[in-house]
Amino acid sequence: MNKKTKISYIFIILFFIFSVSAFLVHFDFGVKIWNNFMMFAIEMIKIIPPAFVLIGLFDVWVKRETIEKNFGKSSGMIKYLWAILLAATTVGGTFMAFPILNALYHKGAHYSSLIAYVTMASLVRIPMTVIESSTLGIKFTLIRMGVSIPVVIIFSMFLGSYLEKSDYKLPDLK
Amino acid sequence: MTGLYIFTIISVLISFLMDRKKTILAFKVALKKFVAILPSFLKMLIYISFILMISDQLIIKYLGQENSILGLVSSLILGSITIMPGFIAYPLAGILVEKGISYMVVAGFVTSLMMVGVITYPVEKEYLGVKGTLMRNGMSFIISIIVALIIGISYGEVF
Repeated sequence: MNKKTKISYIFIILFFIFSVSAFLVHFDFGVKIWNNFMMFAIEMIKIIPPAFVLIGLFDVWVKRETIEKNFGKSSGMIKYLWAILLAATTVGGTFMAFPILNALYHKGAHYSSLIAYVTMASLVRIPMTVIESSTLGIKFTLIRMGVSIPVVIIFSMFLGSYLEKSDYKLPDLK
Repeated sequence: MTGLYIFTIISVLISFLMDRKKTILAFKVALKKFVAILPSFLKMLIYISFILMISDQLIIKYLGQENSILGLVSSLILGSITIMPGFIAYPLAGILVEKGISYMVVAGFVTSLMMVGVITYPVEKEYLGVKGTLMRNGMSFIISIIVALIIGISYGEVF
C-alpha cells in the first residue's frame, strides 16, 4: 500500500470515528452526515458488484480492434454515436462512467470519445430524462438535450485532439 | 437495477460456458480494479455526505435573487460544487420553478449539477489525471453557461 492510499484510509477511518462519536453524543449534524453517507453508499453497494464484473468481462472478452474501430481515432463520427448510446444506458451515471472510461481507454478508445462519453453519462441517462421532462416539461428537456449533446461533442473533439497533441497519458490505474 | 443483475448473471454464465479460465480472470480483473479505486470512492462519498448538508432553503435563496445574472452565477456555482441523485435534484428543480425562479437559472443549476463535478474530483483524477479532469470540468462549466443562456432565450427570459 503506498503512502497516498494510507493517508486516504486514515481519513476514512477518522470519518467513521467521527460518525460513531456523533451517534454516541447525539450530535445531530454528524448523524445527518452519516445518513447522507449511507444513502449514497447503499446505492453504490447495489451497483458496484455487477458493474465491475461487467467491466472485467469486457476486459477479457472484447478485442482491442473492436474498440479501436468503434471508439478509436480513425472511427470518425460513429464513436460519438456509441458514446451517446453508452451514456444513455450507463447505470449509476458519472460514478460508473469513470471505471468504464478506464476500461475503454486501455482498449484503444480515443480521448475525444472518452470525454464525450463521461460528460454525457449524466446528461442523457434515460431514466433521469424521463423524470426531468415530467417535472420541468418536455420543452425544457428537448432544448437542454438538443443543445448540450452537439456542444459536448464539439468541445470533446477539440479537447481530445489537444490532449493527443500534447502527448497526454491517462494515469495507469489498472 | 434488477435488469442490471439479470444481464450480469446471464453474461457471466455465457462467459463461463465459453471459457472457464477467462471468466475467472474477468473476476480477478474486476476485483483488482475495484480495490484500486476504493479509497478514492470512499473519500468522494464522505465529501458528498458533507456537501448534502447544503439545504434546499439555501439553494432556493441564492437562486431566487432579484438580479438574474447573480441568480445564474449562483446556480452554476452551487450546481458545480453539489451533487445529488436525480430523485432529489428534479423535485427540487420543480420547486424552484414553482417559486418563480427562471428556467434559465434552473437550467444552469441542473446542467452544472450533472456535468461539473468538483466533489467527484478524487475519483475522476485517478482515471483522467489532474490536467484531464480540470480541463473536462472547465469545458463542462462553459457548456452549462451556454445551455442555460439558450434555455433563457427560448423561454423569453433574456433579450
